[in-house]
Amino acid sequence: MSEAKAFLRVGGFVAVARFFVEAVGTVGVAFLEEAGRIVTLIYQTLRWSIRRPFDVRNILRQCEAIGVNSIPVILITAVFTGMVLAYQSYTGFKRFNAESLVGTVVALSMTRELGPVLTALVLAGRAGAAMAAELGTMKVTEQIDALLTLATNPVKYLIAPRFLATVIMLPALTVVADLLGIIGGYFVGVNVLDANPTVYIRRTTEYLKVDDIVNGLIKAAVFGGIIAIVSCDRGFYTEGGAEGVGKATMSAVVLSMMLILISNYFLNTVLF
Amino acid sequence: MGEEPKIKLVDVHKAFGAKVVLKGVNLAIRSGESMVVIGGSGTGKSVLIKHMIGLLRPDRGRVFVDGVEVEELDESGLVELRKKFGMLFQGAALFDSLTVWENVGFGLKRHMKLRDADIKGIAVEKLRMVGLRNVEDLMPSALSGGMRKRVGLARAIAMDPEIILYDEPTTGLDPIMADVINDLIIKLREEIHATSVAITHDMVSAYKIADRIAMLYQGEIQAVGTPDEIRGCDNPIVQQFIHGRAVGPIRVDV
Repeated sequence: MSEAKAFLRVGGFVAVARFFVEAVGTVGVAFLEEAGRIVTLIYQTLRWSIRRPFDVRNILRQCEAIGVNSIPVILITAVFTGMVLAYQSYTGFKRFNAESLVGTVVALSMTRELGPVLTALVLAGRAGAAMAAELGTMKVTEQIDALLTLATNPVKYLIAPRFLATVIMLPALTVVADLLGIIGGYFVGVNVLDANPTVYIRRTTEYLKVDDIVNGLIKAAVFGGIIAIVSCDRGFYTEGGAEGVGKATMSAVVLSMMLILISNYFLNTVLF
Repeated sequence: MGEEPKIKLVDVHKAFGAKVVLKGVNLAIRSGESMVVIGGSGTGKSVLIKHMIGLLRPDRGRVFVDGVEVEELDESGLVELRKKFGMLFQGAALFDSLTVWENVGFGLKRHMKLRDADIKGIAVEKLRMVGLRNVEDLMPSALSGGMRKRVGLARAIAMDPEIILYDEPTTGLDPIMADVINDLIIKLREEIHATSVAITHDMVSAYKIADRIAMLYQGEIQAVGTPDEIRGCDNPIVQQFIHGRAVGPIRVDV
């Protein structure tokens, strides 16, 4: 009797252990497959991105869609962020009589952090979603197969131009965002908080180093790469019709945003 | 020693996860003939032709085109192989960001050093071959289903392929438009002498365009023969399918 119980207990333990090992194995294999797929895609994309001849017309068209058409959204995001930043730092700094440093805080925050990160998040929502949805639709309507039958490499034709355009345009948009944020801060500082314009401008430029701006732009370029690779990967491997396209788009945006925020921290430890 | 087949499949197996689709397909397609593969929905007909052009790779077995094994080709070899093919997709698969003529001239633009004006000229000529005029500057979204198929056909023949693959060329079209497409397939074969492989479950179309018919069921080729041989074939599976009977050896999950 006790032997039978012990046997059952061991059997139960083995079953549970096997269940866990299998579960870990299944998740592990899925993760490795996905990781392998992304690494291959990154390699292929980089390879086709630097190989001549460049598809200039296609790249410019993507630059327009990804970059130029995003300017209005970036404008609103950056101006209001700069404005609220001036206001909030004024409120806090006033408590220890440091309100004269508002211009400095706005300039450093925008160039080092908020300019690149907010621009990237906006672009993940706007351009990333568009890329995933477009490529996803092409996948489920067999347009990607059609490209292959026309002896055209889809990484070269579809992904490399999007990758290049995002990596070029995100830093460019970040410059715009940096500038507009600082202008927004100036507007609030001078017109609402009665700062002296000359002092405000001096405080803005005094402590700002070229490195602050350059490192911000390097981050922006990396974020651009993340958005393009993640969104194209999601689109490219879409399965299952309209529902699949919806899922691919959503996961492209969510994953891009998460990776931007996480990599931002680690980039900071490396760059600054 | 007969003539080398244009396309040869030897013992091709393919599964997607647990779903086994092809279980040892053997099929040889002669140069210049029109082969039609018939079979029910979801029996792997599309999977079969996608192996011929290297869009899918067999789990086991071999695929030869002009005696060259597709599996052994590297990236550039695969590009050269695909230049021999033109493929018409079930939903036409036109690029919806490009105009009709840019769709038709897509391969020319990618692979030949031609000016845009010349490409457009060739595209217009190919569109005329499929019976379309004054549509070259439209976007695909402005076309009807039958027109989209014909533009897809014009794109498939734009590079003067040696082999044309048709994925359900008449599915989703009204009977008259379906017959227009059938006539076009026959006409194109006479004009450009290409080998053609079509998959369909439309028996009217199959009898009309086929030199030979092959029936695919449960991942294997059940019978191959001329339309008359297929009509007279005593295989009960083939008989049930070509006469469209619900009752017979083919089980349909309702």
